[in-house]
Amino acid sequence: MTATSVAARPAVAAPRTARPRRRSRLGPIGRVLAIIVIALYCLAPFYWMIVSSLRRTSDIFDNSLLPTTWSLESYAQVFSGSSNFGRALLNSLIVATTTTTLALALGIFAAYAISRLNFRFKSAILAIVIATSMFPGISVVVPLLRLFSDIGWINTYQAMIVPSLSFAIPLAVWNLTTFMKQLPYDLEEAAMIDGATKWQAFRKILLPLAAPGVFTTAILTFIHSWNEFIIALSMVNDPAVQTATVAISKFTGASEFEAPYGQQMAAGVIVTIPLVIVILFFQRRIVEGLTSGATK
Amino acid sequence: MTAAPIVPTLKTPRGRSTTPNEGRTASLLLSPTFLVLALVILYPLLSAVYQSLFSAESGLDEQGFVVEGDVFVGLRNYLDIFAGSESGRFYNALWNTSFFTFVSVALETVIGVAFAVAMNRAFRGRGFLRAAVLVPWAIPTAVSGLLWRWVFQSNGIVNTLTGTQVLWTAEGFASQVAVITAEVWKTAPFIGLLVLAGMQIIPEEVYEAAKLDGANAWKQFWSITLPMVRPALLVAVLFRMLDSLRMFDLPFVLIGPRKESVETLSILAWESSNQLEYGTASAFSIILLLYVAAIAFVFIKLLGADVVGSGAERKQRKARPAAAKGVSR
Repeated sequence: MTATSVAARPAVAAPRTARPRRRSRLGPIGRVLAIIVIALYCLAPFYWMIVSSLRRTSDIFDNSLLPTTWSLESYAQVFSGSSNFGRALLNSLIVATTTTTLALALGIFAAYAISRLNFRFKSAILAIVIATSMFPGISVVVPLLRLFSDIGWINTYQAMIVPSLSFAIPLAVWNLTTFMKQLPYDLEEAAMIDGATKWQAFRKILLPLAAPGVFTTAILTFIHSWNEFIIALSMVNDPAVQTATVAISKFTGASEFEAPYGQQMAAGVIVTIPLVIVILFFQRRIVEGLTSGATK
Repeated sequence: MTAAPIVPTLKTPRGRSTTPNEGRTASLLLSPTFLVLALVILYPLLSAVYQSLFSAESGLDEQGFVVEGDVFVGLRNYLDIFAGSESGRFYNALWNTSFFTFVSVALETVIGVAFAVAMNRAFRGRGFLRAAVLVPWAIPTAVSGLLWRWVFQSNGIVNTLTGTQVLWTAEGFASQVAVITAEVWKTAPFIGLLVLAGMQIIPEEVYEAAKLDGANAWKQFWSITLPMVRPALLVAVLFRMLDSLRMFDLPFVLIGPRKESVETLSILAWESSNQLEYGTASAFSIILLLYVAAIAFVFIKLLGADVVGSGAERKQRKARPAAAKGVSR
């Protein structure tokens, strides 16, 4: 595609980008303006959360762009006292990591079967995977809440991990399948002609090639599980087991009319910062995963 | 992709017919996944249907003993929901869910497409933009609920900037505006990313030709860009609608539970199950599920959203139209 469009315009000297584009109707000023608008839209609320978290409790209602007095007071409050926030972060980490690991372990084999093997009902199986990803969380939570109360699973990690698989598995299978389908089959075939078994071809050739895709899927699944709310809210009421997203929503101040906004913002920043760091490092991968893995 | 299969050999895995051996391997590899899906999707589905036909009641039996437990009530839970004394609450939640979904998805689509057009033009700062656009998407919904509650607080930044004294987080239309704002903020960039991906596979030659024919920018957008990104956009809008129909975290954290003007079907179902009315809660969740299924049906059957066969599959179909019967549909 690049080759043809370059060949069609031999007079133009060396296009600077790989894909020459020349629709510059907006002009440089318009383009910069567009970037600023998008960046403001996406980042201004997040910025406000960070700034507010760095104010003192006494001037939390200031509306200056930077804190008049910088303070880590809110952060100290988050980790002190009864809120048990450090524990909640650890719980989130445990639940999200386990969910991601399980979903990937199952998803890799399922995706291999769908992308590499011939069998009947393949399209039906893909359709089921898609359909399950459309399932509303509450429809999973209500019946499982009852089941888990009966078997004494309330306030356990598995009560959050197992329902989380209902969205994590479809996500993992779908992303890994699209990724594996894009990988060439020739190498595995060559290995098998040389006497490798299917299992060896999968383990020694496909899996290393698929590593970036597995990694991307892991990031996406982890972010989804980390952000999960309704399952964790329903299955757990013991503060020692609850996850960070639920803990934050339950932060309360001395009275109902005096919400501890500073603490809430600080806790929000703490929960979000790991994700933002992941985004900064792997934005290209994440976008690829989001867009090529259809639309999840 | 590049190597054209001139000689019909046994080259690709797709070329061969199904061997019983591969079928067995496939079922072996797929069974753990489907076993878990049966537990976390199929079981809840069947259990919800079953439970929705029962009601937890305590009454007296013939001997005058107190009996507690589930009583089979048939479709009475559904009847009560649609026509009982509490039905107003259900219709309100149904309206809120639909209102939030349609208004926010419409706004998201417009903003998302605008973002995609702008980002498609930007060369410098594209990496920065991509990271920035991912921030709202990555912020947990519960956190973004808190964030917007702070922003919309009675002496918060919104009231200061606009010079008003609106109680955004209390009740009424203002709280609905707050919820929709937060929802649109979080997800419009996501639609933007998907549309951008769809735009990047439009060959530049098409625009060249249109320009030669004298089409202006607006015309090019309506007759080239929009039709070409339609498949990607349709799938994106479908998934966003399904996501929005099950909205729970945002109104729950931003405004709170038991607030009439922002109560969605998910919140209503959650509330009933919290009060141990599992029958009613199950009925609510089944109704929500049917609603979601109906929307998905409309998008896939009537509007032709190509949910399964996107990405690589589509390319393959183009490259090898003969081999591409039924894999993806």
